[in-house]
Amino acid sequence: MVVTGQPMGAPDPGGRFGGFGGRFVPESLVPACLELETAFAAAWADRSFRDRLDGLLADYAGRPTPLTACTRLSAQLGVNVVLKREDLTHTGSHKINNVLGQALLAERMGKHRVIAETGAGQHGVATATAAALLGLECVVYMGEVDVERQALNVFRMQLLGAQVRPVTSGSRTLKDAVNEALREWVGSVETTHYCIGSVMGPHPYPYLVRELQRVVGEEAREQYRGLSGGEDPDVVVACVGGGSNAAGTFAGFVATRAELVGVEAAGGAAVGRGVPGVVHGMRSLFLQDEVGQVLEAESISAGLDYPGIGPEHAHLAEIGRARYESVGDDEVLGAFRLLAETEGILPALEPAHALAWVVRAAGNGTLRPGANVLVTLSGRGDKDVQQVREMLS
Amino acid sequence: MSAAAETAPGSPVPGSPVPGSPVPGSPVPGALEAHLRARRAAGAKLLVPYVTGGLGDDWVEVVQAVAAAGADAIEVGIPFSDPVMDGPVIQEASVRALRARTTPRRVLQGIAAAEIGIPVAVMTYYNLVARAGDRRMAAELHAAGVAAAILPDLPLEEAGPWCAEADAAGVETVLLAAPTTDGPRLARIVARSRGFLYAVGLLGVTGEREHVARSALEIARRAKAATDLPVLVGVGVSTPAQAEEICRVADGVVVGSALVRRLLAGEGPEGAGRFVAEMRRALDA
Ligand SMILES: Cc1ncc(COP(=O)(O)O)c(C=O)c1O
Repeated sequence: MVVTGQPMGAPDPGGRFGGFGGRFVPESLVPACLELETAFAAAWADRSFRDRLDGLLADYAGRPTPLTACTRLSAQLGVNVVLKREDLTHTGSHKINNVLGQALLAERMGKHRVIAETGAGQHGVATATAAALLGLECVVYMGEVDVERQALNVFRMQLLGAQVRPVTSGSRTLKDAVNEALREWVGSVETTHYCIGSVMGPHPYPYLVRELQRVVGEEAREQYRGLSGGEDPDVVVACVGGGSNAAGTFAGFVATRAELVGVEAAGGAAVGRGVPGVVHGMRSLFLQDEVGQVLEAESISAGLDYPGIGPEHAHLAEIGRARYESVGDDEVLGAFRLLAETEGILPALEPAHALAWVVRAAGNGTLRPGANVLVTLSGRGDKDVQQVREMLS
Repeated sequence: MSAAAETAPGSPVPGSPVPGSPVPGSPVPGALEAHLRARRAAGAKLLVPYVTGGLGDDWVEVVQAVAAAGADAIEVGIPFSDPVMDGPVIQEASVRALRARTTPRRVLQGIAAAEIGIPVAVMTYYNLVARAGDRRMAAELHAAGVAAAILPDLPLEEAGPWCAEADAAGVETVLLAAPTTDGPRLARIVARSRGFLYAVGLLGVTGEREHVARSALEIARRAKAATDLPVLVGVGVSTPAQAEEICRVADGVVVGSALVRRLLAGEGPEGAGRFVAEMRRALDA
């Protein structure tokens, strides 16, 4: 394990990355968080656990995922774009890396039931998938708004044997799905593992999820070096909702000289417009009003519709090791179409944010001509086709 | 009477440091704890109803009616946008209060301006405190005449900085213990709790329940064995009969959703007073 104190090493014993993180949960949940922390430390050091996870990642999820050099897109933008293809995993996004690990942990802790929150539905689908694979009971909380805009993913989860519970409180999106999952967990904690979908929540989740997503960045660095004769990219870009695909990607490159860029939705830009606060078990940056009521994020992408950001990203922003940008819905739609037309790849709307920033930065000179850019394509766009169709008509 | 001797059973367990507890031994009880101890010493079972601040134009009158009906102290909620310890009833109350533009300041002004007659504890979530800053919020609570604070998402390990400011400002921090809290942890929690110990009666969020959970009596029994601090069971306490049953073990109860449901139904100060009086009679019988 990486030494504490280096960027993207282990957090301190209280689960802090600099001033962010911690464990701000009701007392009922504290023992479960401690149990998970202990179980994860033991499992992560256990060769047989790692072998089993690696086996599932390879034979079930389809890892390693390829890198794709984008010839026509690069020619058009004037920068060299390479994609890390998490869209090609089983279930179609990086979320599968996290849930396979957490489902194995749940099993190891003797918990036969998992709950999850989901925004776009990708994490819900991934959790339902892992639960089916390991024979666990699965309940997914999803905001009512997202149930509507991601109807196909709701049906997928049901086909996989999961129960989907629409959440009608608050903004009826991802934030409220997290609230409802936490409320349920307060009651079911003795039998149930909460499979959090991003690098957020109380310690040890931000750390645990980042370690489970680290495979994205480590593979990408190896592959990139192979492709480029031993070089690292100049810039590494990933979209940020809670920040798990970005954290996993950055973990592979934090020790290189690559510039790290996280891209948020303009309507949910926690680094750009958020202030420090304590919500969903963590101290981090959140969109909130002047007294501390949490504001509702707004984005076309259900997966980025979250008013906060994982605590490690707040820390990376603070120490300047990563930088966080935001893009608007129109730019995202443009990037979505551009990748489809130039490379024959329909990205999910979430990673289309990362691409949209690359398009903008290549256009305005933020990226120098010929810069080498690695973008994590965190998921495929099938789930968004209907929504994009409506937006374009 | 020596305060140290009186609270001795709640003293820190040797070898387990208590975060946020600057002084060894126990402090002089604050206004809430002193009041509850005195009532208990007089033979009373303790009744602490919860009211959401800003719920309805007449919420301050509700607080006064609850006090007049025989409450020993009152918990006033400052509504938060994301109350993860609360079930549907208190969530709805929070939504309504926030829609009516309730802010922490307006709740505190309401408390400060009213003649209430019993100690007030504020219940809210830590983000509202963090946004203001620990020191400023502690000072504002004190200035409003609030005796204590209950922050359900601020567990022992994270409570140190807040507790230090609250102690300095003379605000008692009530900590919570849950059915999942083991013995050594319970000992550390009671050592750092002020005012009373909030024993969460069941694994779950606030809301009414049909029956008294076995865990309510169990946590009350364990807590009573661990501390001399008043032990109040909250979450799920719904009827006078349930309150009476729990108080055979606990020193008292916190009653939230059962009262707030009546307020949501428009029963107002009168209905609130009637319900609390009924609870009072059951506990005094
Ligand atoms: C494809 C895809 N990318 C990214 C995200 C955002 O999550 P994170 O920021 O944790 O990677 C989601 C969330 O639903 C997603 O489905």
